[in-house]
Formats: sequence, C-alpha cells, structure tokens
Amino acid sequence: MKRLVVVGNGMAGVACVEQILKRNPEFEITIFGDETHVNYNRIMLSLVLAGEKSADEIVLNDVDWYRSNNIRTRLGVKISGIDRHARTVVDEQGQTTPYDKLILATGSSAFIPPIPGVDKQNVHVFRTLDDTHALMAKARKGLSAVVIGGGLLGLEAARGLQVRGCDVTVIHLSPSLMERQLDATGGEYLKRRIEGLGIRVMLPRQTAAIMGNGHVDGLRFATGEELEAELVVIAAGIRPNADLGRKAGIEVNRGIVVNDFMETSDPHIFAVGECTEHRGQTFGLVAPLFDQARVLAATITDNRGPVFAAGAPAAKLKIMGVDIFSAGSIDDKEPGVEVVRYEDPALGAYKKLLIRDNRLVGMILVGDVEDEHTYLDWMRNGTDLAPLRRQLLFPPQALDMGLEVADMPDSETICGCNGVRKGDIIQAIHTHGIATMGQLRERTKASTSCGTCAGLCQKLLRAVVPDFQEETKTTLCACVPYSYERLREIVRGQKLKSVEEVLAIYGNRKGCEVCKPALSYMLDMLWCGDHEEDRSARYINDRVHANIQKDGTFSVVPRMRGGVTSPDELRRIADVADKYAIPMVKVTGSQRIDLLGVKKADLPAVWRDLGMPSGQAYAKGVRMVKTCVGSEFCRFGVQDSTNTGIELEARLENLFTPHKFKMAVVGCPRNCAEATVKDLGLIGQDGSWQVVVGGAAGKSVRKADLLVTVDTREEALEAGELFFQYYRENGNYLERSYDFVERLGIEKIRKETVYASEEEKQKLLDRLRRSKALSHDAWTEGDRPVNPTQFVQIQAMETAREGLLV
Amino acid sequence: MNSHRNWTRITPADNIPPREGRAVKIGDLEIAVFNINGRFLTIENACPHKGGPLCDGIVTGTAVVCPLHGRHFDLETGMPVRAAEPSCLAVFPTCVENGVVMVDLEAGHRTLESDAA
Ligand code: SRM
Ligand SMILES: Cc1cc2nc3c(=O)[nH]c(=O)nc-3n(C[C@H](O)[C@H](O)[C@H](O)COP(=O)(O)OP(=O)(O)OC[C@H]3O[C@@H](n4cnc5c(N)ncnc54)[C@H](O)[C@@H]3O)c2cc1C
Ligand code: SF4
Ligand code: FES
Repeated sequence: MKRLVVVGNGMAGVACVEQILKRNPEFEITIFGDETHVNYNRIMLSLVLAGEKSADEIVLNDVDWYRSNNIRTRLGVKISGIDRHARTVVDEQGQTTPYDKLILATGSSAFIPPIPGVDKQNVHVFRTLDDTHALMAKARKGLSAVVIGGGLLGLEAARGLQVRGCDVTVIHLSPSLMERQLDATGGEYLKRRIEGLGIRVMLPRQTAAIMGNGHVDGLRFATGEELEAELVVIAAGIRPNADLGRKAGIEVNRGIVVNDFMETSDPHIFAVGECTEHRGQTFGLVAPLFDQARVLAATITDNRGPVFAAGAPAAKLKIMGVDIFSAGSIDDKEPGVEVVRYEDPALGAYKKLLIRDNRLVGMILVGDVEDEHTYLDWMRNGTDLAPLRRQLLFPPQALDMGLEVADMPDSETICGCNGVRKGDIIQAIHTHGIATMGQLRERTKASTSCGTCAGLCQKLLRAVVPDFQEETKTTLCACVPYSYERLREIVRGQKLKSVEEVLAIYGNRKGCEVCKPALSYMLDMLWCGDHEEDRSARYINDRVHANIQKDGTFSVVPRMRGGVTSPDELRRIADVADKYAIPMVKVTGSQRIDLLGVKKADLPAVWRDLGMPSGQAYAKGVRMVKTCVGSEFCRFGVQDSTNTGIELEARLENLFTPHKFKMAVVGCPRNCAEATVKDLGLIGQDGSWQVVVGGAAGKSVRKADLLVTVDTREEALEAGELFFQYYRENGNYLERSYDFVERLGIEKIRKETVYASEEEKQKLLDRLRRSKALSHDAWTEGDRPVNPTQFVQIQAMETAREGLLV
Repeated sequence: MNSHRNWTRITPADNIPPREGRAVKIGDLEIAVFNINGRFLTIENACPHKGGPLCDGIVTGTAVVCPLHGRHFDLETGMPVRAAEPSCLAVFPTCVENGVVMVDLEAGHRTLESDAA
C-alpha cells in the first residue's frame, strides 16, 4: 500500500480525502492537523460566535469517520518541514513520517497588518474554533470591542460580538464596506443595515497603533483620533500558509503554485485549498476548493484527467436580517458592460446586474436576495437575456417550482459549496431511498455548508420523491423567525433575560401577541424567575391572574386541591359571592368552583376574602388534579387516589407549562376521574400504579399513552414529575401534551424520562425543584401589585369639558 | 394646527407601564391610553367587534391586539391593521406635560367615518 500523508485537517484537505476514498484507493492515509479538533465547518464559526450554532453542530467528520476509514489521525501536531529527497515530513517534536504522496492542505492564516501593538492582550483574530471560543470567553455585556476590517469576516465577527452584548465598532480602511464584493452604493446600503443593528461603523480609518499597557485599551488612527477598545479583532484579510512549500523549495508565489491537475512542481507533492495559487489566483471561499478537491482526488488516484478552473466567485453575508449577495465581476468600468440597477431606500433594497453581450456577468444584491438562485443560474449557464430584458430585476417565478428544477440538466450544480450536482442527488435518491432533507444532507452533504441551497434541494426532493416528507420545523412567528429548539438554545446560550432583549437582537423589535407570550414562557422556564418578567408581553389573563370574560370582567377559580373542599371554604366562597354581588357561582368541569363576572378592580379584595390560592384556571400552567374518592371510601378503591392527587397538585401547582396541564388520579381502573384523558394521569391498581400521559378530551379526544407502571406511590409521583418537566422543557408554546406526545413518540419520551440514566433523571428533577422553589401563588400580587395600576381603575385627574365626541 | 388644543389632564405618566394600556372613563367616553416606550397614544377603548377592552391587549409596535378575539388596531390612526377587519376607532391627540398625560378629548376623530362624512 502506498503511503498518503495529508498536512492540514481542514475543509479542503478532508474533502479531498473523502473524494479519494470514493475511488477505493490503495492508500494508507495519515492526516496531520495542528488544530486539536476533528474537521469542522469553518464557515459556521460566525454562527457559533453569534450563538446560533453550537460547536458540536458544526462537526463535518466525527471521530468515527476517521476510524472507520482507517485514517491515522494526528491532531494538535504541526508539521514543520518536508524532506523531499527522503520523502518524509517532520513535526515540531522532531518525529518523521514517510510518504509516497503528500498533500499540502494547510489553508491560510489571518493577515495581521504591521501595526504597533498587535501583540497586546485581547487582540484576537477569527479563524479557528479556538479563536472563536476565546472571543466567546471574553465577550460580555458592555465591553467595547473594535473589529478592524469591514469585509465578510469582519462584519460577521462584529455581529457575533454584538449579539453577546459588546458595544461594537467596525473600522475599515476603505471608504466603503465589503468593497471587494459591493460597489459604493451597495456598501452604503450595507452600512445603514449594519448600523441599524446597533453596530458602529467608522470609514475610512487607518489604524496607526494599538494602545494599552499589556492589555489593549484603545486604538489610534493615522489622523491622530483615538477610540476606546477593550477587545480588538483583526479581520484584515488572509494569507495562504505556503511556508512549508517555500522552505522545501517547491514553486511558491503568494500561495503554493498548482497546475490544472493540482500538482505542484514536485511530482510527489500536491496541494489543495486556500494554501494554493492557481493561474495567479488565490482563494478565500470554499466552493472552488471543493472543485480542487475533486480534481486532486482524480489526479492522485491515477485517474488524471479532470482539470480545475476557478469559476466566478459568489459570496453571501451570514448575518440574519442583512441580506447581501454578490457574485461574478462587479467592475462596471470594463468595456462592453451594461448596468441594470434598482434601488428603494425605504426598503433598503439595492440590486445591480452587470451584463455583457446579453449575458449576466456579475451582480450585487442588497436587502432583497430572493432571486439569487435564478441570477446565479443565468450567470453560470450564460443564459441569453435578450428575451428576458423586461424582467431582469424581477425575474418571473417559475409557476411550478418542481418544473424549474425538473428542467435543470443533471450536470447543474445544486450545492456550490460541496459541489453536489443535480445528477448526484437524483442518484442518491434512487439508490438510498432518500425521503427527507436530513437524509439528503447525510448522504450527499448538499446544503451542509452555507445552507443557501436548502430551498433548491427541497424543491428537487419534492419533485422527485413520491413520498417526500416535509420536515416539520415550525418557526415561532414572523417576528422571531427561529424554531423553538433554536430559540431555546439561543436564549440559554446567550443568557438573554428579557423578551425585549430577544426581540431586539433576534427579532423585529416589535413582537406580537404570538411570540411575546411564547418568549415569556421560555424565559420563565429557562431562568425560573432569575429574569426580567415583562408583564406587557403577557396575555391579560397572566397580567391580572384571572380569566377575561366576554364583557371584560374576570372569573375567579380558587385552588381546591384534588377537588376536595371544606365547609369553611365553602362558607367563605358564599360570603364573597354575596359581598361582591358575583353574578354566577358555578361548579366547573374540573372539580372546583368558579366565581364569574368579577370586576378587575375587585380582584385583589376577592382573593383576600377567599383566603385561597389561585387555581391558575387562566394560565398556560398547572390547572388541577381531579381525583376520585379512592381507597379511603370507595368499596373498589385499591389505592389512595385522593391524597395522592392532593400531593401531586401541591408538588406542581403554580408552575407554567407550554399549554395548560390537567391531571387526574384514580383509585382503580374504573377511572372515575377520567385519568386516561388527562395530560397526566395516575391509575391505581392492586399493588401498582400506571402512569399515563398525553390524554385528551377537549377539542380532540385521545387516550393517554402508558408511560410506565411502577410499584409505589412515590415512584408514580416521580414518573409524573419527570414527564412534567420534560414537557416543560421540550414542548413548543401552545403545544398541548397530546400533540407533544404524538410529535416525539412515547418511546423517545420514555427513554428520556423514566428510562433515562439516574443522572439525567436527577437533573430533570433538580430543575423542576428549582423552578418550584422560585414559584409563588400569583394571587399574592393582590397585596403587592407589580405596578401601581395593575388592578386599579384609573380616574382622570380632570373631568372633561362638554361637547365631546361620543 | 396644534395651537388650540383643549388638553384634559388624565393621569401621571408613571401609572401606565411601558407597552401597556390603561382604561380611563370620562363621562360617557372610555379611552385607552398606551405607553409605547415613552410615547403616549390614546384610542377609544371598546373594540368595534364585540366591545373588547383594548386597554388589556398586547401591544405590537404601535398597534394593539384585542384581548377577546384578536383584531389588530393601529394606535396612531385607529385603523384596523388587517384589511379584512372593517371598522376603525377614534384616536385622540396625546402629550405628556410635567409628567402628566394630557389628552385632547375633543379632537378625537375616526379616520374612516369622520373623513368620509
Ligand atoms: C369554567 C370551565 C367550564 C365549566 O364551567 O366547567 C371552562 C371554561 C373555559 N374553557 Fe375549558 N373550561 C373548563 C373545563 C374544561 C375541561 C374539563 C376538564 O378540565 O376536565 C376541558 C376538557 C379537557 C381539556 O382541557 O382538554 C376543557 C377544554 C377546553 C378547551 C379545549 C382544549 C383542547 O386543547 O382540547 C379550551 C380551549 C383552549 O384551551 O384552547 C377551553 C377553554 C376554556 C375557556 C378558558 C375559554 C377562554 O379562553 O376564555 C373558558 C373560560 C370561561 C371563563 O370565562 O372563565 N377549555 N375545559 C371549566 C373550568 C375548569 C377549571 O376548574 O379550571
Ligand atoms: C469565520 C469564517 C467564516 C467563513 N465564512 C465563509 C463563507 O460563508 N463562505 C465561504 O465560502 N467561505 C467562508 N470562509 C472561508 C472558508 O472557511 C475557507 O475557505 C476554508 O475553510 C478553507 O479550507 P482549507 O482546507 O483550505 O483551510 P482550513 O479550513 O483553514 O484548513 C487548514 C487546516 O490546516 C491546518 N494546518 C495549517 N498548517 C499546518 C501544519 N503545518 N501542520 C498541521 N496542520 C496545519 C490548519 O490549522 C487548519 O486546520 C469563512 C472562514 C472563516 C474563518
Ligand atoms: S365549552 Fe368551554 S369554551 Fe366553549 S362556551 Fe363552554 S366554557 Fe366557553
Ligand atoms: S371584541 Fe375585539 S376582537 Fe372581538
């Protein structure tokens, strides 16, 4: 077997190894990487910094992949030299490793301009996962951070730091941001958007010195002007890591020179990725590098033939709400280039198309990138635009999206980053029976890098797969367009503690009646009281702890644990009904009593006179536990359902849940309190308890699923608590338990609750107990209102004059 | 235009928490005064649908959502936000002076009906 050594465990090197493996080579492969991580998606570091992804989620090849492909992997090892005659590489520890073929895939490094003071503490670059972690560790609320460089990378770094609470300023040498991808007008639109996010932009500024005593404390510009900075990120460009090649004496200019077959000047040495220079060009985006990887895989496995040609670059800014796309040539001074443009300052939208000989050669899209795929297709296919001239700026939407993809030739690239062609996808669908986006990603890697082709992949699946399953990833609402899962992570990861904060950073700043209560719930569940409770984000019922009626009055349902009351309580209820002239007193369907038609201003007094806690009949929270008389009185009763129900209610009352949560405990399988149609039911049996979940008898009727059967009452209560907390943490807001159980499946729920490890179970219970300890009876606010007019009817200070509009 | 306002002193601004509304009854008129992060806006309180108390609604930007069945009204104009919801409400010029919310109750107008009339 021949020995193949790869130096560089990054995106291009590993992509190349993947392509080589596909060709069943006779190689013994060793990969060296000086980072200590397996191959991850570097592109996504911006999203890790912004808290939208976790480090685990950006892994591209996990340890199992290396192991199962018999790849010797040496991580945290830096190769320091090549002996071309002996055909060995040597690492920094002096160990040599022989090769028959050597691939250099060393990528590039952040370019650090020669400014005095760059070596001070808290001056960072943004290239690796370690860099990202270092920035995450330093970033905190109110820290003044300056990013030097207003290109793609600099802006993404700025946004990530700002999302973490830093006061961020971007400094850029040119008079306009992202000048390599945008013209001056596009740059101006971008600047406005960035400033709209709350990031300061200073243009043009040349940094003369980084100041500070050990730690950075500021910047001085060439003009003498100074700026405070506690953290500096340098994003001023990249330089290919070509030193290994240079020292070994192979041909190197800016990068390691390769020919169309990815061969260097030494027949045993090849190069791929950002370390290369091809026909005078170096690289900074992954799409062409994956093409290089494919070409090199052919060359090195003795299938020399395919050649590399760098296509037109295409770049997209990955900042939520700042849509920027640029592709091809943006130089409108080139002879023969016509420009078609459109702008709408109010919308912040700017489009510019560059056309030569009726073919699209470049584009700039700011604020409206909906048509990027259509344009990119036009550009890559050299579509004749003569017949489309009237529709250039607003290209017609193909009526049937399926047809549009159906029309594409098989050779058309769908995923530019990973070089997946339409034909590859069709083939994967047929050979592997792919039916979901998840499976498609796993098999083909399509849409796993920048993700912009996800829509196209989806269309293709929908058109080709007969039983295509749409993935149900519901976003919260248009104000905060993230899935619940993602939002929970964001809120937890970013330690966001108020609805306003979430809406300001991840939303449209306004919020609405859908997302505000949902976010309120999420914050309460995650921080259990250690957050800023914002009543304005709550539905009126949760502002005044009573249920609003059709005439604007409220209903009052005191807690009556297990449906058990006493003569004394009943007397107080009767007295209250008299004293406040309550129009209706009613026994509810949930074994308790409702006082209907109470005026808002009377609520505190009514609660005080009742002297009973809130039954939370208005809340998305724990409602009640219905019970039957059980073994205490009933001749069939085999378990003490009444006291067990009272205990269950006491353990969970006052807590909030994604939707209302109703329970019942019965003393035998006759089920008189209807436990099998409750969110949680405990069914007593001779010598055991059944714990059932996800039942319903409201809008829908559903028999609850059996979660577990246990011997003792304590075990039954604990199983109930486990499910309860699991639902609290994983249910989407307004998702009743009957939908939740169907969505996740009872098997998964069992595995993650009653059959989870003792440690996991304890964690769930601990979180439940913590929330419970911080919860309180909402009606105590009657005496301690959160604001002076929570229940009070405001009286005007002055009476009005006559003749008012009525 | 604004010079001849007949301001009525309503209530200290602190009585209305940010992004909430409060109802105030003056004679036959019931208004809802909202505090949109320091900017005060006033609208008739009763929802034209079934009389829902708009003061108790959730605020979204400068609109309020009726707590009973969810109609949206713009607090600046009194206009319904969604085209399918036909009726509008009167809005009243509002200002804050020396920490007191003042409303010109006489200048209240409905954009749709009064302009059409
Ligand atoms: C008062 C009561 C009826 C009664 O007079 O008995 C009642 C009254 C209301 N129910 Fe109910 N439900 C009442 C027991 C039930 C029951 C029976 C039970 O709890 O065993 C059910 C079926 C079980 C269930 O919850 O699924 C029930 C299923 C519903 C539903 C349908 C829920 C579902 O997803 O299927 C709604 C609508 C909703 O929540 O979206 C609802 C909503 C309502 C609301 C809150 C409607 C609203 O949003 O204003 C009613 C409030 C009336 C008011 O003005 O206060 N109510 N409701 C009962 C109060 C129970 C309590 O003491 O807390
Ligand atoms: C934050 C960020 C966002 C980005 N966003 C985008 C984007 O949206 N779209 C896009 O197309 N591109 C983007 N890029 C660029 C993209 O990540 C790179 O083009 C791509 O990673 C280059 O792959 P590579 O394998 O050539 O280099 P790398 O991925 O950098 O891999 C090279 C590896 O080799 C290792 N190495 C170097 N020298 C040695 C040595 N002597 N011994 C051992 N190991 C060594 C390095 O440590 C590194 O791990 C982004 C980059 C960053 C940093
Ligand atoms: S069934 Fe429930 S929601 Fe419907 S009218 Fe009766 S109380 Fe109201
Ligand atoms: S009363 Fe306002 S929407 Fe029905």
